Amino acid sequence: MQDQNTINQKLSLKLCAAALVMFGFGFGLVPLYDVMCDALGINGKTNSESVAQPQGMIADTSRTITVEFMVHNNKGVPWKFTPSQTTMEVHPGEVIHTSYYARNLSQRQIVGQAVPSVSPGEAASYFNKIECFCFSQQPLEAKQDVEMPLIFYIEPTIPSTIHTLTLSYTLYDITKDVDTTKTANLSPIDLGSSVEGVTQ
Amino acid sequence: MKTSKPESIVEDKVVSAPASDAEIGRMNSTIAIEVDDHDHKPSGITRWLYSTNHKDIGTLYLWFSFIMFLTGGAMAMIIRAELFQPGLQLVEPQFFNQMTTVHGLIMVFGAVMPAFTGLANWMIPMMIGAPDMALPRMNNLSFWILPFAFLILLASLFTEGGGPDFGWTFYAPLSTTYAPDSTALFVFSVHIMGISSIMGAINVIVTIVNMRAPGMTWFKLPMFVWTWLITAFLLIAVMPVLAGAVTMVLTDKYFGTSFFDAAGGGDPVMFQHIFWFFGHPEVYIMILPSFGIISAIIPAFSGKKLFGYHSMVYATCSIALLSFLVWAHHMFTTGMPVFAELFFMYCTMLIAVPTGVKVFNWVATMWRGAMTFETPMLFAIAFIILFTIGGLSGLMLAIVPADFQYHDTYFVVAHFHYVLVSGAVFSIMAAAYYWLPKWTGHMYDHRLSLWHFWCSMISVNLLFFPMHFLGLAGMPRRIPDYAIQFADINQIVSIGGFAFGLSQLIFLWVVIKCIRGGERVGEKPWERADGLEWTVPSPAPHHTFSTPPKLD
Repeated sequence: MQDQNTINQKLSLKLCAAALVMFGFGFGLVPLYDVMCDALGINGKTNSESVAQPQGMIADTSRTITVEFMVHNNKGVPWKFTPSQTTMEVHPGEVIHTSYYARNLSQRQIVGQAVPSVSPGEAASYFNKIECFCFSQQPLEAKQDVEMPLIFYIEPTIPSTIHTLTLSYTLYDITKDVDTTKTANLSPIDLGSSVEGVTQ
Repeated sequence: MKTSKPESIVEDKVVSAPASDAEIGRMNSTIAIEVDDHDHKPSGITRWLYSTNHKDIGTLYLWFSFIMFLTGGAMAMIIRAELFQPGLQLVEPQFFNQMTTVHGLIMVFGAVMPAFTGLANWMIPMMIGAPDMALPRMNNLSFWILPFAFLILLASLFTEGGGPDFGWTFYAPLSTTYAPDSTALFVFSVHIMGISSIMGAINVIVTIVNMRAPGMTWFKLPMFVWTWLITAFLLIAVMPVLAGAVTMVLTDKYFGTSFFDAAGGGDPVMFQHIFWFFGHPEVYIMILPSFGIISAIIPAFSGKKLFGYHSMVYATCSIALLSFLVWAHHMFTTGMPVFAELFFMYCTMLIAVPTGVKVFNWVATMWRGAMTFETPMLFAIAFIILFTIGGLSGLMLAIVPADFQYHDTYFVVAHFHYVLVSGAVFSIMAAAYYWLPKWTGHMYDHRLSLWHFWCSMISVNLLFFPMHFLGLAGMPRRIPDYAIQFADINQIVSIGGFAFGLSQLIFLWVVIKCIRGGERVGEKPWERADGLEWTVPSPAPHHTFSTPPKLD
């Protein structure tokens, strides 16, 4: 009978360990998800750091892709946030300069974070940003406005089935989430390349 | 068995060596003490609180599940009463959402899963010839934490701001950014439910692997034991993932992490992937034990052996394995790439093959059998027909382009209620009617049980079948109000709902009446039933198979 108990204990411990491993696996799914999406380029996430265009990339003038620019203000962030152009016709491989305009309509400082998403999702990995305001947090004082540049190119290897590509930015209010002491020291100029054209 | 054995020992002794009367008397008295010890049953409330007996714990699980079934059912009645007419009549939309959410959680984790665990506790040791579950104390713990989980969940309904109102699937950001303050209570109650089912699953596996009677080889195991073994593995694989998902919701909501918050670099779609990685195997957790029950009942009332026993085992295993490859068919409309949609569509359709094997085998078992139609058999046949309807609407939902129309409509509601109510719940009813005489030692009132069956059978179809039409016509799920053109069908559905709810009170009546008395039954109330559980007396004594049975 004692023997039976030890056998039972051994197996139960193994099964408990299996349950713990699966608990860990649940959290493991988080990085796994990002890796998979990155590798397969399937959730519309674009590069989160700036890239340089490879030397010698030639624009494929035989193809034209329509790029549409969209914005959403998450849960009513009190900013006016618009693309300077809503659609553009671009050739793959061509470096495109455009910009977004943001104005804080409220009476307080708000730190915004724009999160980009490309649709269709499989186009995301061909959409490369050389410079984007979405790489950093953007504080705006009350009534302050800013012109935020976006420089990108589309890889010429983009599948021929893609004719239209939508770039959508969702603007989040992250004032509460950022360290207040840090943002106090952050003048808009310190944000570097993303705020070249501050017009106060 | 127990009485015959001591006598034979005494006889052996007497024959082998003449013994004095005193010696025999002493022997008899030790035997008497032993026997008394075996039948020792603590009385009063402590019998239930401290119980480590698989039958008592099984009973506790079954009663708990029935109470939860009525509680969740009452919430469904509120839902159907509100939907009886278009417009807002009885409840606020936010309360309506709490009702749909808690109804789902209670039925899944409080009614169906504990009912199966209760049946496993009662039947598995008796079916494999074991004296008890392998880990009796853990068994006690895994039951007794469960009422607290549901008390916490139900209490959250009375907090300021209300209980969970984000659907039982608690998609982020509904369960994070927009969730009520009571979400932490929801999270902890799900944690406790998860711990309880994991402990139950470990117990089932250890019992089946280590405690089988000598000669009970793997391919002699009754199908119910097989299906539960595989279910237990599924539970251990996915319940921890659910625990992880609710933990992430908790930290996202209260501790500033951004697992599912795009502003912080997370992804709300990832929530759906993690949830359904748990959620799809979960639906098989709620149906595989049903397959085992039906595989026990159909042969018993057809007078034939189960057709294709081996293929049943392999089909169960392949359903379990495939269940890990199909989760994203719940997410076709999230904007997945086409190749992923095709992959999940084909994998989902593939599950129809082993499921079809099962349905085929049940029908083949009945084919040219000498069928009788006692209540358990009626529920089993209804299960096969109605579960197949639910399975086929599942196939329709698996087709990607069609799913874009059906997604989040009442068609989905109709589908999963066909497989869960007229599937899982009907199989639990069938099991209760099949084994109730073994549990109580009495035969139940046949006439009443037939009333229960026919009322349930008619009302369940009145309740869920028209929902298909509502869904195809475009009525979305989880809304307290609807467009006027859906009014008539919703009225029919609500009437069906009330009738189904009331019919379950007949079941309560049958069970109570059967416990209190009725025609005494012998070891085997169903002549043609097969299995070790029918070799012990009815009601099954407190301890069975203290010495392992002999198997041929």
